[in-house]
Amino acid sequence: MPTFVYMTRCDGCGQCVDICPSDIMHIDKVTRRAYNIEPSMCWECYSCVKACPHQAIDCRGYADFAPLGHSVRVKRDEEKGVIAWRIKFRNGKKDMDLLAPITTKPWGTCIPQLREVPAPTQEQRNSQLLFNEPKYIRMDDGDIHTLKSNGLKMVEGVEGYS
Amino acid sequence: MGYKTIVEDNIDILVAGAGLGGTGAAFEARYWGQDKKIVIAEKANIDRSGAVAQGLYAINCYMGTRFGENNPEDHVRYARIDLMGMVREDLLFDMARHVDSAVHQFEEWGMPIMRNPKTGAYLREGRWQIMIHGESYKPLVAGAAKKSADKVFNRICVTHLLMDESKPNRVAGAVGFNVRTGNYHVFKSKTVIVGAGGASNIYKPRSVGEGAGRVWYAPWSSGSAYGLLIGAGAKMTQMENRIVLARFKDGYGPVGAYFLHLKTYTQNAYGEEYESKWFPALEEMVGKRYLDIEASHLTHRPIPTCLRNHALISEVNAGRGPIHMVTMEAFQDPHLEEIGWHNFLGMTVGQAVLWAATDVDPKYENPELTTSEPYVMGSHATGCGAWCSGPEDVSPPEYFWGYNRMTTVEGLFGAGDAVGGTPHAFSSGSFTEGRLAAKAACQYIDDGKGEGIIVSQEQIERRKKEIYKPMEHYRIYRNEITAGTVNPNYINPRQALDRLQKLMDEYAGGVTVSYMTNDKLLNIGLKKMKILEEDLEKIAAENIHELLRAWEVKHRHLTSEAVFHHTLFRKETRWPGYYYRGDHMTVDDDNWHVLTVSRRDPETGEYTMEKAPCYHLVDDK
Repeated sequence: MPTFVYMTRCDGCGQCVDICPSDIMHIDKVTRRAYNIEPSMCWECYSCVKACPHQAIDCRGYADFAPLGHSVRVKRDEEKGVIAWRIKFRNGKKDMDLLAPITTKPWGTCIPQLREVPAPTQEQRNSQLLFNEPKYIRMDDGDIHTLKSNGLKMVEGVEGYS
Repeated sequence: MGYKTIVEDNIDILVAGAGLGGTGAAFEARYWGQDKKIVIAEKANIDRSGAVAQGLYAINCYMGTRFGENNPEDHVRYARIDLMGMVREDLLFDMARHVDSAVHQFEEWGMPIMRNPKTGAYLREGRWQIMIHGESYKPLVAGAAKKSADKVFNRICVTHLLMDESKPNRVAGAVGFNVRTGNYHVFKSKTVIVGAGGASNIYKPRSVGEGAGRVWYAPWSSGSAYGLLIGAGAKMTQMENRIVLARFKDGYGPVGAYFLHLKTYTQNAYGEEYESKWFPALEEMVGKRYLDIEASHLTHRPIPTCLRNHALISEVNAGRGPIHMVTMEAFQDPHLEEIGWHNFLGMTVGQAVLWAATDVDPKYENPELTTSEPYVMGSHATGCGAWCSGPEDVSPPEYFWGYNRMTTVEGLFGAGDAVGGTPHAFSSGSFTEGRLAAKAACQYIDDGKGEGIIVSQEQIERRKKEIYKPMEHYRIYRNEITAGTVNPNYINPRQALDRLQKLMDEYAGGVTVSYMTNDKLLNIGLKKMKILEEDLEKIAAENIHELLRAWEVKHRHLTSEAVFHHTLFRKETRWPGYYYRGDHMTVDDDNWHVLTVSRRDPETGEYTMEKAPCYHLVDDK
């Protein structure tokens, strides 16, 4: 299937519906709980699994090539800035815990508001530079690369291929 | 049907589709247009949309000029070699000279980029790739886009671009519908930056049933970049250049980190190295210019991705499959083993699920590899997309018409998969292209090029009727049958997709024919595509979700038709391992060292094809 939802854990909050990139997590009209309406359009991207506040969503590998009895669970924590995974094999011989950072900064605090930075000058507008350039290209005082600065020209056809 | 029409007027910059390209565009547009109205329309939720929705474990395009690693022209040469010469080197050079500034900003925003403890530089996976903990890559860049945009419309499936009625060939915005409320949305805008995605699921996948979702490129990448642009009459380029991926079998887990960082390698079923024995014949097929074994050994010149595919496909067809990735050596190192697993969890969880389900422990067993069904896109190792203007200071006259990344339709820009001839942009390069397009779009507006746009009520109503037609069609014919999905008057979106996939597979070089096609097959396929187009007028949608799928398959169909025309036009086998023209089995530089450019007339549906010169960057001595 891909994703499925445990009946006893889901409270129908709709976080999964809101986040699913494939528009396949919907609320069932009878049970008022979420379910995967179109498993063959599920990428097992785990966006809904990560978004569920009750750990009610899990994946069962695609039926046409993945046997039953495995488990890949996840908990993503923006506040702590980490994601924790647990992988269990079908035969029980492997059981792994893996932890990775998801951010190095307090979540959502370090992106500038470009409406409020000093407006670009006409010279900048006429140049090839983007916001924060040239500084951010090399993090030094160097300028942007051009054909001239790099001693290049463009030649038509196979003669120029090497 | 009782759906409301919601009009958003006076937009300066509309971003249609906000994956990495679209988020880059929205972010940057605010700087050059601090007083401009910037709006995003996205069919999912921008926090997890596009190809990077589930994250990435590497940024595959980073020059590292700051660490003295590469210059932009080095990357251009690499992409040129990998794509057998067929790239837009002006666009590539431009992307490469800016891409590092995007990555440095990502790090500042909180992206965990791994560092080499000895040098302090970013940890390299390969010459162009750096390693990241990128599970939250997409929410991070979405945060930047949200900060810059005036409004973000999530869950809007953009179906068509609006065209100006006062001046021909000028864009005027876009229309679509909300996949939750069903409401009709009209966006009137001076410029549109198409950041929508390339196409998965247009070729019959290897997997069946549920597993059809485990495609290499995201299943929600519905070719809308091309559907929107082709529908508006923009010229397209290199649409024949579909890509086939050598990946872990069934899960399609990435192999880049395995090859480059973990130093794993491939062998056939009998434990033999197989690649090199296919190269002498291949060298004859493509010519020494593109494959020179001796030179590759001496200079580490990379061997194009398609040619390595060719060796794998040939070995399997010779009866010595499956091909294995030799992981058992590298995975004895616990640190490398952990990286191997993190690599999947960060970007292709399904591969970890599969190995857990099948008890494949790469420490004790070498997993199988396979080649995927083809995909049509423009940011990985291939360059399908729109024919766009390059930057003024780099582009030769044939590649320049005023505004960077503008298509041949005025005011219509592209980024990411939408831009043709720019392979190997990946996530960071697509974001960068969005930034470049945004700056150019602001300039276009400031130059007064978006003044006096007229969109009639007639155009708005005509599109509305067209958009909801599949639901209307369902309503009319549904009760002619008792129950079920078999109806003589309509097909549903799934049935249409199945037909498209079968047709592409059998006539346009899919996996069941070992990527082989010829002029006869392509001509038959084109006829069938026309008939499918007629049937797509009779597609039925039971609800709003099916309406989304109906428009996705229409975009996939437009994409596929372009693939057919381009494949037929290029009478050579330029990329063995991606596809083969059985009637022209060699590279033909005398006639085809050119880029292919198409235009579909939006009124008649007729295609015109032309050749465009292929320029290369050389040392100016």
